[in-house]
Parts: sequence; structure tokens; C-alpha cells
Amino acid sequence: MNARYTSPRLSDPDDPADRDARRNQPPVDMDMNPMVDMAFLLLTFFMLATTFSQPRTMEIVMPPKPEPQQELLEQPIKESKALTLILGNDDNVHWYRGVSEPQLHTIFYGADGLQPLLVRLNSEVSELVVLIKPLPDSRYENLVDVLDDLTLAGIERYALVAPTAADEALYLAGSTLQRNAP
Amino acid sequence: MRKAPSFSSPKLDMNPMVDMAFLLVTFFMLTTTFKMPQVLSVNTPASFADTRLPEKDVITLTVSPEGRIFMDADGKFTRQKLLVRMGERYNLAFDEQQRAAFGLLGGFGMPVEGLAPFLNLSPEQRKLVVQPGIPADTVANQLADWLIQARLINPAFRVAIRADKDVPYDLVDQLIQTLLDQNITRFNLITDPKVQQSSKP
Repeated sequence: MNARYTSPRLSDPDDPADRDARRNQPPVDMDMNPMVDMAFLLLTFFMLATTFSQPRTMEIVMPPKPEPQQELLEQPIKESKALTLILGNDDNVHWYRGVSEPQLHTIFYGADGLQPLLVRLNSEVSELVVLIKPLPDSRYENLVDVLDDLTLAGIERYALVAPTAADEALYLAGSTLQRNAP
Repeated sequence: MRKAPSFSSPKLDMNPMVDMAFLLVTFFMLTTTFKMPQVLSVNTPASFADTRLPEKDVITLTVSPEGRIFMDADGKFTRQKLLVRMGERYNLAFDEQQRAAFGLLGGFGMPVEGLAPFLNLSPEQRKLVVQPGIPADTVANQLADWLIQARLINPAFRVAIRADKDVPYDLVDQLIQTLLDQNITRFNLITDPKVQQSSKP
């Protein structure tokens, strides 16, 4: 063994020399509280920052646009299975069944309007197809509300389509009708 | 005479608690990803959708109530590459400093011609600038170019639309048509979580 290195001497409480050394040394007493305070402050901050940062999202899949040369492969749907929802600028949904003889009804969004209606129709009609037609001056929130109600009603067959001129005429006629009614 | 009982002041050993606290701090520090400051705060509509938005590879398109479109792609280096590619596309040169500033930018709504002077401003000055939004109309659809270039850099990019709930639908439709023109048929709508079944009046 190398003689220059001595193994560290363990302190012996019975040794008077050690006892003197400890008495002369001031006791090491660290105040940990500020450090603990800071650690917990950081801990709280990071915990809160992690939990609240992720927003929720709904996914939409739309059919790709057809190429100009490509023939339109649109599958015809049965008239009895079609439900059209026109989203108006009055924060209401206007809906009709079928295509040839549309009868426009007006209903609210949400739990005491559209959603029970969708649930009922979905159970009555098998393979219900919903056409969502937002008018240009309806609000974006209306679209999200409808998508939400469709999801809650468990309807998976729906399409976002542009309203036709007939739809707009029907909507205008329907809304004047309502205005005159009361 | 009885001797008064001597109380030694209670000493708590703080060390295990400190150890644990710092362990948790380290854990949360490493797992947190910081959000870039939002250039525009919008009121997103609420829904019951409970899917979480992925944290990476997201292009966020923010639409203000007046229809201004802001874009944000995550990843500092992705953004810098994107700026260089857009510069090549529009024959604009961006210097080192402007690229660095763009890498730190958390979303922008400037037409590409106005980007260079905008990036020369200090971050404080930039906040005062009213950004006109990225042009996305049929005349000059710069947004389409941004999306093409971004997806060339990272094909895994998903598009998320963060629109204000009062945006008129035709502006949203214009944005969706732009996405469909780029063959982006799958996209996300960012919403606020709805807490309970609330009925509308």
C-alpha cells in the first residue's frame, strides 16, 4: 500500500480529542424552509401548466374534391333516409326530411332541441344520412353545435354540403312564415 | 423544588421532503412543453368532444371574428426552414436575424411581402402591429402555399382550425375549401371543453 495515503480516521465519541474538536466547531444548521417553499412553488406551477395546456378537438373527415376529368361517383341515397339541416343566421336549425316535398321545421340546438330529434330519427330510420347545410351568414359555433349533437346522438353518416338555391329559398320562406305567425 | 421540564425545540428532518419535491419539479419541468404566446386570443366554441389535440406536428390556423387568418406551425427549426422555402417561392430573401425571429414567432398573420419589415421589429413593437391576416382568397392564396411548403418539410403535419365562434360560416368554408384543394381532407376543429349538459335558451 502507498504510505502517503492514510485511511480516513473514524471519529470516536470516547476519544477526548474528538469531543473537543466537535465542541469547538459551530453546529451546521441550515434553514431549509425557503428552499422547500421555492420547490413547492415550482412544483405547483408546473403541475398546473401541464394539465391545462391541451385543448379539445373534434376531427372532421371530408371527401376529396373530384378531379375535373373524373366522373362524379356519388352514391344516391334514398329520399326517406335523408335529413337536411339548414343552419340559419338566427341561431336555429331548420330541418326537413326527404327531398321532393320538403316541410321545414325549426328547432334549437342542443339538449332540448336538435339532439333528442336526432336520437329519435336515428332510431326510426335505419342508415339515416344527415346533410348539414350551413348558410353563409350562419356562425361557426352553429356548425360545431350540430357536429356535437350528431356525435352525441351516435350518427356517423353525415356530410357538410353547400346549400342549394332551393334550400335558401325554403329557408327564406320559412323564416318569413315564422315572423308572420305570432 | 421540582426542576422545570426542559423542551428541546422539535427538529424536523426536511431532507426527504425536499428530495421528493425536487424530484417532482424535475419531472414536471421535463414533461411540460411550453405554449408559444398566442398572437390572437379567440373564443372557441364549446363542445363535448374529448379528443386531445396532439402536441407535435400541428399547424394551427386561427381565425379571428373578422376573418383574419393566422398560422402557427410547431417546431422552431421547421418554422425557419418554412420561411426559407417561402422566400424561395416568392423570390424574397430573409437574413439570419429574420429567420431567427421567425423561429421564435408563435404564429403570424402577415402576407409574405410584409413579413421582412415585420420581423425586423422588436418583439414588443410586433405586439402593437395589427396583422392583416394571411391572404387566403382565390386571387392570391398564400395560405395554400404555406400549407404546401409546410407539408413538404414535414408530411406528418395535421391541420387544426381554431376559429372564433362568431366567425361567419362563409369564411370558414373558404378556409375548408383551401384545405380540400391541398388534399387535406382530415382536419381538426379546436373547441373548448363543455362542462355539463347545458340547455340553450
